Amino acid sequence: MLNPLSFLALIGGAALAACRQVGALTLFAAEALSHLLRPPFYPRMFARAFVEIAYFSLPVVALTAVFTGMVLALQSYSGFSRFGAESAIANVVVLSITRELGPVLAGLMVAGRIGAAFAAEIGTMRVTDQIDALTTLSTNPMKYLVAPRLAAGTLAMPLLVVVADILGVMGGWLIGTTQLGFSSASYLTNTINFVQFEDVFSGLVKAAVFGFVITLMGCWSGYTSRGGAQGVGAATTMAVVSSSILILALDYVVTAMFFG
Amino acid sequence: MHTTNPKIRLRGLTKRFGDKLVLDGVDLDVQPGQGMVILGGSGSGKSVTIKCILGLIQPDAGTIEIDGRNVLAMGRRDREALLDRTGMLFQNAALFDSLPVWENVCFKLLAQKRITRAQARDKAAEVLAQVGLAASVGDLSPNELSGGMQKRVGLARAIAAEPDIIFFDEPTTGLDPIMGAVIDGLIVDVVERLGATAVSITHDMASARRIGTKAAMIHKGRIVWTGAASALGETGNPLVDQFARGEREGPIQMELRK
Ligand SMILES: Nc1ncnc2c1ncn2[C@@H]1O[C@H](COP(=O)(O)OP(=O)(O)OP(=O)(O)O)[C@@H](O)[C@H]1O
Ligand SMILES: [Mg+2]
Repeated sequence: MLNPLSFLALIGGAALAACRQVGALTLFAAEALSHLLRPPFYPRMFARAFVEIAYFSLPVVALTAVFTGMVLALQSYSGFSRFGAESAIANVVVLSITRELGPVLAGLMVAGRIGAAFAAEIGTMRVTDQIDALTTLSTNPMKYLVAPRLAAGTLAMPLLVVVADILGVMGGWLIGTTQLGFSSASYLTNTINFVQFEDVFSGLVKAAVFGFVITLMGCWSGYTSRGGAQGVGAATTMAVVSSSILILALDYVVTAMFFG
Repeated sequence: MHTTNPKIRLRGLTKRFGDKLVLDGVDLDVQPGQGMVILGGSGSGKSVTIKCILGLIQPDAGTIEIDGRNVLAMGRRDREALLDRTGMLFQNAALFDSLPVWENVCFKLLAQKRITRAQARDKAAEVLAQVGLAASVGDLSPNELSGGMQKRVGLARAIAAEPDIIFFDEPTTGLDPIMGAVIDGLIVDVVERLGATAVSITHDMASARRIGTKAAMIHKGRIVWTGAASALGETGNPLVDQFARGEREGPIQMELRK
């Protein structure tokens, strides 16, 4: 006979495990942040991570942003033309891009690239004793591997999103002027007159938060991975899935803070 | 027997992974300047013992003293200061594959700011020469090296900062016999030159006799024998003698899982 209570025990066990994970993750983040304040610093590691995140993610993020801007313009045209509100298209595009789609889509793209790459690299270092080796070589692995990556992620994402914002708007402009009959000047005037500092700023705050979360989940999954190649694979998946979900959840939180 | 205090003293060191008891009260003394060789079957906990001493694995019970100070009760700073004077060659070399060989070799010297990056290449070439590698190897990436070369680079990395306690986890596994003898000679030489204390793990009896002054055998989670390394093979202890001679018949039964 199956004990009906065993089902509850299962749920309870899972909840406890989740709490333990969240606690461990928080301690991990706090320790990494504390290392950002205490020397030695590793500018070389920071620069490497920064280039990896900001520069090498540019093509993916740029393509995503351009096409999203183009689709937004087309979709809002087909919707708004039904009640003669075509002139609002530029506004819809710039608002959606700067507030939401720029940071969220760039975040998801970077989560796929960087979260996975960091988890795989640090995870491999863990299972091949390289992290232990750092400790024996007068180097704190949290300070050397994790702290510079967190800093790089938090600073690089807003830069990427500035680019995504500009290219997203250009995507809308491209469709607006070539297919929807806007004049270039009126589309751009509409955009610039309508967008407010808060729209862009909230998007950049989101970007910084996402950048932190992506690098944190990537580093943490890798750092705590166990058990050879399979463990590293699991860590990689975990990093991407968890940071993607956290991006969408935190997107709500930051939006509520700014506009709620 | 000894009047000096041991450099490393283990008492009752216990470690379990899940329900598997790996170390079951390991007691071991290593005297300063001594070359201690740890023997034992595969999976008997030799690497775990060394990792406990280095603080990489937290034991469940027991004490670890280095220079008479309890390592497990030390604060972070003291422990880091201790690791600054310690070298370790990992069983799988554990080279940093994102860095070229020369940076691997000089990693600790650079971390401690004892040399500049400009000096590091020359220093790396010098240490690489000691382990029989050409200076040009310094510019390669670790994944361009053969297993034996990686081992030697790992050895170079472990000794570059001239530590006073060195751990070698199977330093000659994967090397050809001549290179193995060369590396053994190097280990003896380094230990003599630096006045260092060395703890080595090896499965190679010839190597054990060359690099060890003392030997200890670990079996079923405990040290079952310690004695002079030169006596290996005719110690009178059936466990050790069977192990040293590599005989199938004897008190050690290989646990073959069905
Ligand atoms: N991180 C770990 N998690 C779980 N079990 C471990 C871990 N590290 C070691 N073990 C287990 O502890 C036992 C001893 O491992 P250890 O690496 O010390 O063996 P060893 O004596 O060095 O063997 P070998 O000569 O093959 O290197 C093994 O059975 C291994 O499965
Ligand atoms: Mg081992």
